[in-house]
Amino acid sequence: MRRGLLWLGAVLVLAALEPNLRGLIGAYNYQILVLVGVNIILAVSLNLINGFTGQFSIGHAGFYAVGAYTSAALVFYAGPSVRVLISSLPTVAQDAVLLLMGLLGAALVAGLAGLAVGIPSLRLRGDYLAIVTLGFGEIIRVLILNIDAIGGARGFAGIPQLSNFFWVYLFVLITIATVHNLVSSSYGRAFVSIRDDEIAAEAMGVDTTRFKVMSFVISSMFAGIAGGLFGHFTMYLHPNSFTFVASFYVIIMIVIGGLGSIEGAVLGAVVFTVGLEVFRGFGAFRLINFSVLLVLIMIYRPEGLLGSWTLIKRRKQAGAT
Amino acid sequence: MKRRSWIQASFLLCTTVLTSCSRDQGQGDEILIGEYGSLTGTTATFGISTMNGIEMALDEVNQSGGLLGKTVRVIVEDDQGRPEEAQTVVTKLITRNRVVALLGEVASSRTLAAAPVAQQMGIPMVSPSSTNPAVTEVGDFIFRVCFIDPFQGLVMAKFAAQSLQLTDVAVLRDIKNDYSVGLADVFVENFRALGGTIVADEGYSEGDTDFSAQLTSIRARRPQAIFVPGYYTEVGLIARQAKSLGIEVPLLGGDGWDSPSLIEIGGAALEGSYFSNHYSVDDPSPAIQKFVGDYRARYGATPDALAGLGYDAAQILFDAIRRAGSADPTAIRDALAQTKDFAGVTGVTTLDENRNAVKPAVVLQVNDGKLAYVETINP
Amino acid sequence: METFLQQLVNGISQGSAYALIALGYTMVYGVLKLINFAHSDVYMFGAFMGFYIANSSWFQATMGTSVLSGVVVLLGAMVLASMLGILIERFAYRPGRSPSPGTLAFWFGILGAGFGYLLGKTPGAVAAGVLAGIVVGVILEKWGVRPRAQSSSLKILIIAIGVSFFLENSGQQVFGADPKFFPQIIPTKVLNVAGLSLDSQKLTVLGVAIVLMVLLNVIVNYTKTGKAMRAVSFNLDAARLMGINTDRIIAFTFGLGSALAGAGGILVSLMYPKIDPLMGILPGLKAFVAAVLGGIGNITGAMFGGLIIGLAEVMAVGYGQSTYRDAIAFVILVLILLIKPTGIMGKGMVEKV
Repeated sequence: MRRGLLWLGAVLVLAALEPNLRGLIGAYNYQILVLVGVNIILAVSLNLINGFTGQFSIGHAGFYAVGAYTSAALVFYAGPSVRVLISSLPTVAQDAVLLLMGLLGAALVAGLAGLAVGIPSLRLRGDYLAIVTLGFGEIIRVLILNIDAIGGARGFAGIPQLSNFFWVYLFVLITIATVHNLVSSSYGRAFVSIRDDEIAAEAMGVDTTRFKVMSFVISSMFAGIAGGLFGHFTMYLHPNSFTFVASFYVIIMIVIGGLGSIEGAVLGAVVFTVGLEVFRGFGAFRLINFSVLLVLIMIYRPEGLLGSWTLIKRRKQAGAT
Repeated sequence: MKRRSWIQASFLLCTTVLTSCSRDQGQGDEILIGEYGSLTGTTATFGISTMNGIEMALDEVNQSGGLLGKTVRVIVEDDQGRPEEAQTVVTKLITRNRVVALLGEVASSRTLAAAPVAQQMGIPMVSPSSTNPAVTEVGDFIFRVCFIDPFQGLVMAKFAAQSLQLTDVAVLRDIKNDYSVGLADVFVENFRALGGTIVADEGYSEGDTDFSAQLTSIRARRPQAIFVPGYYTEVGLIARQAKSLGIEVPLLGGDGWDSPSLIEIGGAALEGSYFSNHYSVDDPSPAIQKFVGDYRARYGATPDALAGLGYDAAQILFDAIRRAGSADPTAIRDALAQTKDFAGVTGVTTLDENRNAVKPAVVLQVNDGKLAYVETINP
Repeated sequence: METFLQQLVNGISQGSAYALIALGYTMVYGVLKLINFAHSDVYMFGAFMGFYIANSSWFQATMGTSVLSGVVVLLGAMVLASMLGILIERFAYRPGRSPSPGTLAFWFGILGAGFGYLLGKTPGAVAAGVLAGIVVGVILEKWGVRPRAQSSSLKILIIAIGVSFFLENSGQQVFGADPKFFPQIIPTKVLNVAGLSLDSQKLTVLGVAIVLMVLLNVIVNYTKTGKAMRAVSFNLDAARLMGINTDRIIAFTFGLGSALAGAGGILVSLMYPKIDPLMGILPGLKAFVAAVLGGIGNITGAMFGGLIIGLAEVMAVGYGQSTYRDAIAFVILVLILLIKPTGIMGKGMVEKV
């Protein structure tokens, strides 16, 4: 009951903010806020597989891309006919239906992609897994470049703008809630056991393959949702937004915040996205300074900004180590 | 609950930080123009050339007293070559810096991402070199000062079929680059319509350095020429490798070839090849020679087509502001729409009813290490 | 048939480019278990050093187009590249495993240089910035800011990614983002043998690559330092206990790997004379795939891996769809990791546990 009221409250707050936000904080800050939201979903979902399950994946941009293009294609091609079907509803409701349809498609296809990538790759460990996921991300991008129906090198233009602050942050909350619940459940304990010592976990009867794949698929589903929300906001998609550099950016986000901590992923996404904006004054040196900052953080505080705080909390929860 | 309030707190914090950041807005006696381009990333060289051209035009206009009695300032933002960055950056330029007009971008993919924002907010945007027809279709606030793909593709198809009397041509396109893909498609369509045959159609990716596989396949089909509508960054290498594979036929190309690096990298392998362009660096017209000389003195390099187009885009915008007599975005837009016979360094430009540039193209040939004028093709 | 043979030749040329980069990659990974993402940027650095050497007034005046010029540029670039590699090891990777004094001074010095340049575009401003940065770094270290000395391969991997970004973006600022032409300092001739076009330059490069591979093999397998390197790759702590100065050996490994990267930069730029600061990214990834294909840690394997990937790419482009070229290397990677993760010649020079 209380849970339901909290959700209702959150939805109402977001709905109330949405029409007024641009006026309150300006279109530029609104844009940043939306992109921060998308990045939060990406970071929290990647954290599930990298932070909690300890599998180092650098291919997140691939699932992000799959979701973005699937959602855009669904709405672009099937949208008009669906609109006719539901024409009795007010436009806002129509848009919502279309967006949810797109996001559902995005999640499903991205999840399938996660399955296709996960099953073969998760046999591998550490550095090898990292490179294979990187490779898959690139393969997906090259595939997209070659499909003309979704624009290829010219990009996919004309995507209707269906997502906005409300939808993005609704899904931010959904993502965080889902991942939090997952991690606090027995599934979560399985994930963490795999991260801490895979062999021991296997010896204790944990079906490591099943849980690794599960974590991977859920993570890619949310990345797909992030992609759908992204595409329907920017109204234009191009493979250049989904290179391995984009995957690296998500990794930087969760590392800055602290691996294995949902709050950390959120904080990391916010700090990174906002940081890049705030430092625009440095022009081309922005990226140079950011890369030096990354190196220094990894040398001097590798657990990230929140790292040890959550670790201690988790250890206390799990009992003696 | 703890988690949620945490999140809300960080949002509030960030919003406060963002809104309290200094607003880079103009003083009353300034005209602010926004420029966005890729100053980092894989196409940085094009973004920087364009920026240099715009900078030169800016200094010239300010040295001769500014516009409407005010100094002109161009605020430059880097979009790192990413379309969503282009969108964010243009939103910032319009809403926080309050620019009255925009210059950019080089690549149609970034312009297509940013243009809807400009259109929505009623700020005119002039693209120096985006050639995808869809760009100006976004709305009536979006303009360009370069050819669109359909025109340039037709120019080279006509040249190949009629002036060079060729019947069999191969195509080698950059599939990662929408300019190249667009140009190639139009060329193929028109060349076939003029009775020619496309004997091969191969592709490469921007950034590739080895083209021997594609060239070997093309060699087997014995074309009379190869149409390579890519950027000079790859064309030079393509020419070299073609020669070393024993391919003696000329190459044909578009304005993406225009750069001093082209002949530097391509060397003797480019002799006899043709490409369509806006202008010729060796054109003795005083305006062009002054531009080239000034650019060389300031940046230590010969300007490429993108620098020239950047310069012209800025000049055309300044001219429109002068004619509009005001810095009101809608007035500027209307003045831009009426640009007629503007003599820029990249040709005499008129903006048609679709806000695309109508100007003649010149075909140049590489002769003795220099570019020689061959003929002009009018739209 | 002639076309097929020509494509074969093309593939070997392209493959030798990947092989050169893969040599350094595989050696560093073999000894340190580190995917040195910055390797491809040292390769780029080597190419640019060669560019500046060949274009310097001294070189222009004294050297012509000859094999000697090529050797001079090659050696010069290799030395400079290995210096960069040692710097990177000292100030980016070593702090990941031991307290390295001077790290903060180094990085703050670099940040200072950037700020100095931003604030006042003169060399004086840059120098002042560097000095200020070094001072800040020294003070911070005096106050007790120390690196977290537990090593973790994830941490080092991310540091490598950071260094790679840094080199690429700095390269764009310092060298300029525009592509430059690499001077043709060794004589080149196109030979026509049995209908095939063979470029003498590419043959030279292939030859030098083989020589380098053999040299590397000799160093690793037949010298005392090489033995120390192998010991470190088996077990770092045990090697230290046996009296090996592991820090020095690791620095040496990096220096050697980077010298190879630099050599690769020169040789590949001779074949494909266009250089730019981002030239290393994609070839670097493909070269890593080549190293894995050949058996990570195995030098001869890296050579074969490179050639196979080069051939696969060329064949795919020549006979199939040219637009999927970039995906080929990664598809091969996925396949090899599924079928035989230790690579073709796996379990070679150094054992992968």
